Amino acid sequence: MDLSAINPAVLIASLMVAAVPIMLAATGELVVEKAGVLNLGVEGMMIMGAVCGLAIAVEAESPVLGFVAAAAGGAALSLIFAFLTQVLLANQVATGLALTLFGLGLSSLIGQGYVGIKPPPTPRLDFGPLADIPVLGTILFRHDPVVYLSVLIVAAVWALLRFTRAGLILRAVGENHDAAHALGYKVQRIRLAAILFGGAMAGLGGAYISLVRVPQWTDGITAGAGWIALAIVVFAGWKPWRILLGAYLFGGITVLQLNLQAAGARIPVEYLSMSPYLITILVLVIMSAGRGRAALNAPAALGRNFHASR
Amino acid sequence: MKRRTLLAGAALGLGLTLAGTAMAQDRTKACFVYVGPIGDGGWTYQHHQGLLAVQEAFGDKVETTYQENVPEGADAERVLTQMALSGCDIIFTTSFGYMDATNAVAARFPDVKFEHATGYKREHPNVATYNARFYEGRAVMGTIAGRMTKSNKIGYIASFPIPEVIQGINASYIHARKVNPDVTISVVWAYTWFDPAKEADAAKALIEQGVDVILSHTDSTAPLAELAKTPGTIGFGQASDMAEYKPSPRVSSIIDNWAPYYIKRVQAVIDGTWEQTDAWEGIAGGEVEIGEITEAVPAEVKAEAEAMRDAIAAGTYHPFTGPLNKQDGTPWLAEGQTASDGDLLGMDFYVEGIEGDIPK
Repeated sequence: MDLSAINPAVLIASLMVAAVPIMLAATGELVVEKAGVLNLGVEGMMIMGAVCGLAIAVEAESPVLGFVAAAAGGAALSLIFAFLTQVLLANQVATGLALTLFGLGLSSLIGQGYVGIKPPPTPRLDFGPLADIPVLGTILFRHDPVVYLSVLIVAAVWALLRFTRAGLILRAVGENHDAAHALGYKVQRIRLAAILFGGAMAGLGGAYISLVRVPQWTDGITAGAGWIALAIVVFAGWKPWRILLGAYLFGGITVLQLNLQAAGARIPVEYLSMSPYLITILVLVIMSAGRGRAALNAPAALGRNFHASR
Repeated sequence: MKRRTLLAGAALGLGLTLAGTAMAQDRTKACFVYVGPIGDGGWTYQHHQGLLAVQEAFGDKVETTYQENVPEGADAERVLTQMALSGCDIIFTTSFGYMDATNAVAARFPDVKFEHATGYKREHPNVATYNARFYEGRAVMGTIAGRMTKSNKIGYIASFPIPEVIQGINASYIHARKVNPDVTISVVWAYTWFDPAKEADAAKALIEQGVDVILSHTDSTAPLAELAKTPGTIGFGQASDMAEYKPSPRVSSIIDNWAPYYIKRVQAVIDGTWEQTDAWEGIAGGEVEIGEITEAVPAEVKAEAEAMRDAIAAGTYHPFTGPLNKQDGTPWLAEGQTASDGDLLGMDFYVEGIEGDIPK
């Protein structure tokens, strides 16, 4: 095996790309869960974003419009979830699972006319001479805008939850909706906004797969990325920067295992293929286990429906 | 058969309108099972072209149906049973993984003809197999790959470790090395026929390893889409022409042309002359075609590749001609000896010079 063939700078650059879909979806889900709602429909919302993004990008010949449509598509699907769980007070776990199944089916229906069609390419941001800096240029300055956007969103969510009044209210709703209600906050409206944000982020993540990473449409294109995003939220202990870490770890090992294969590593392919899932979860579990209070990080009202009369 | 005769008889008595319906029931029904979507732009697309050719050739005499995205395994058996029950006279199962399902269902429906692509099991008299000598096309692609690579690294996105894929890897490597002794080949096993995300990731990993020519043995156009992002890298259309990536990164292609075989076999069912066969045609038989070699390839390389194609078609050259050793150095073919079909169909080893192991 020739490990020297693996260029670390290129590897880091491509792990950043590989991590984008999970990172976006997980960040969205983090906000949803911080508001006390458990939406297991991430996979369904991602794939809806993937198909809406591709369809609109192809029709309008604009990747930007595609991403906007993807966010709208994901949010639209999450609206169904919001209606069922916030207005009709349906069980969140069951509704979320149904949302995933519904999203997979609906996306397959919408996508029928788009199989095998090339979307317009998403251009890389042009940093001019910065891109030519050795190593750093490759890692940092040769990506498409969504890669930067995903990091910015993580930072924004972190700042929002930590430093702003809006973040405080959101957390209050997620920790104790009765108390928040007593203080005069509109619990359901705040949760609705969080759910829509989560849907939009999942949609963006899905569109990144169908518009940039693959780029084309096929049934089930997200291939379980939504479930990984859900797992990362839990194992990251509901902390934005750990989501970034988890996503990069997962993306990194996904990329690394293929590189190892291409470089001729003498490790059975089956082990390499399962390694991203195994190692990501292992690392995040170990990180949160040490403090003994990972469970305390979970929003106290997570998964519980709220009605003002109770 | 009895029920049909009865129906036809009854219809004759009842007049023209009903006779029309009964006639419709007497049409031969040809059914197709696809592993991917028709829109994959590769393998399944090409089989569907075969279906369309059948429809075109026979018009009203033949009815065709198909089902896309049928997983290999238990689901395939369910779909095949359904098709046999719905009156299909001949069923084409178009992926290697349908092998056991095809034979299992064939046992229960002895009157229905089954045609299994790329398999080798014919456990019942109503199961035939057919395949194409894709390795002949790989030899031509390998020649182009060996001439075109600047990094002397070519990549191969392999699907499953089955003989057909291993033939492709060996044929590509042998011919790339023949024109470029410094060439090495990196193989990535995707363990899927159709998963654009995975195929794109595999292509990306290969490019990051310095590979600049990629051959793929999976069904989608995703590797070409990935190659298109990196200037200076090229690839080939696989199973279908994939012309939308011309002139680069797609510089040529291996096209599977199933239409003549499908028409011939459906005709045999109509005539009642259908028999179990094991068809394996190549460039000479027209089942494997070499897509246009684009201007991205220098004229002399193009001429060399075309000469090889013509030699294979004429039968004067066999892509597996000795001297060739197996990977571990043991002799396989002596000088001038060519590989037997039996050897090829059971191929489970790399030739000398390829690094890495074939997964079990």
